[in-house]
Amino acid sequence: MPVVRIPTVLRKHTDGQAKVEASGATVREVFEHISTDRPGLRDDLFEGDSVRGFINVYVDDEDIRYLDGLDTPVEPGDEIAIMPAVAGGAPGRPGRSA
Amino acid sequence: MVRPVARAGRPSRVLFDEISQAIGNTPLVGLPSLSPEGYRIYLKLEGHNPTGSVKDRVAKYLIEQAEKDGRLQPGQRILEPTSGNTGIALAAICTPKGYPLTCVMPENTSDERKQLLELFGAELVFSPANEGSNGSVRLAQQMAGDDPALFMPFQYGNPANPMSHYETTAPEIIADLPEVAAFVAGLGTGGTVTGVGRRLKQWNPDVRIYAAEPEYGDLVYGLRNLDEGYVPEVLDLSVLDSRIKVDSLKALTMTRRLAEEEGIFAGVSTGASLEVAVRVCRRLPEGSQVVALSPDGGWKYLSTGAYARGNVEDIAARIANTLWA
Repeated sequence: MPVVRIPTVLRKHTDGQAKVEASGATVREVFEHISTDRPGLRDDLFEGDSVRGFINVYVDDEDIRYLDGLDTPVEPGDEIAIMPAVAGGAPGRPGRSA
Repeated sequence: MVRPVARAGRPSRVLFDEISQAIGNTPLVGLPSLSPEGYRIYLKLEGHNPTGSVKDRVAKYLIEQAEKDGRLQPGQRILEPTSGNTGIALAAICTPKGYPLTCVMPENTSDERKQLLELFGAELVFSPANEGSNGSVRLAQQMAGDDPALFMPFQYGNPANPMSHYETTAPEIIADLPEVAAFVAGLGTGGTVTGVGRRLKQWNPDVRIYAAEPEYGDLVYGLRNLDEGYVPEVLDLSVLDSRIKVDSLKALTMTRRLAEEEGIFAGVSTGASLEVAVRVCRRLPEGSQVVALSPDGGWKYLSTGAYARGNVEDIAARIANTLWA
């Protein structure tokens, strides 16, 4: 099954686990799967039908925005990494958005 | 006497009236050993700038643009949250011009950087280590809010940052390697990929632009919630053809290979861009030439132990929470 890497800020939804296995043929299916019993995780991951702006998602290290977005296919051995949007060692500019 | 050979569109003389004129015109160097067969990767060595990093270009534009706009007055104090190359570059430019500079940085910043900043006359203000760079930005914004006499260039939101690359870095690449098929640079403020990317795509819309995103250890991402995330205002995601993350181990391994196999001593972020350059070659027609940007040399990272003898996996794990640039 694909493995999803959970960033520290979202591990409150996974009992502190840094990696979660979940089935699915696309990123969307995998995210739906891991969110089924974790409504808080769904709220943190999604804004409507899209991934929230301050979250970057990578399949095989590549940002899914430049692949097929949430419809990017995943293979059983793939790693899907969720990372907060940070830049240049400045993890945030509090209270500001792009 | 041997004179430097002129490259296309460049002066052959390298005589300058003062140091800021020596910014830019950095070498573009081929990597015969590390380039995949059938491709050629060239590295733009920004460590050859006066303070040893690509940020000399940015600092010069930040200050000169503010002078032109009238936002910076003679003798006005400049404030910037930075723990690295931008602060050192700003300090070297501001001191001779008579602008006092305050850099706000985490208290656990490396001694090399503190020493360089103090040598160039900067005043240092420390923010709590456990708040990371986030705390420095917060404190600098608070200081700027409390004292309107301060001028904060703020490279993450200042269009002079990508402009420096649009007007200098990209034209140098075009002059040296007009057949460039792809460009790779690390993602920090986003200024390099945005500025170089826009110019290269205007010149040839088929040029591909790739960002190498550093993947740090958990400590760097110690946000309390996702609303603290940040996408810099100067980053134009539409310029990118893809964004690929690179972890510390891959970046460090490539950086050490660069020294061992090509004789080039670079900072760890160079290895990240090089890793992406090697990866994207196979997406391009055979014979393509790819430019990767090396932001700095390795000198300011020696104390991290990144280049020491030992198991590279162990070293990479130790430096995973060290900022590369």
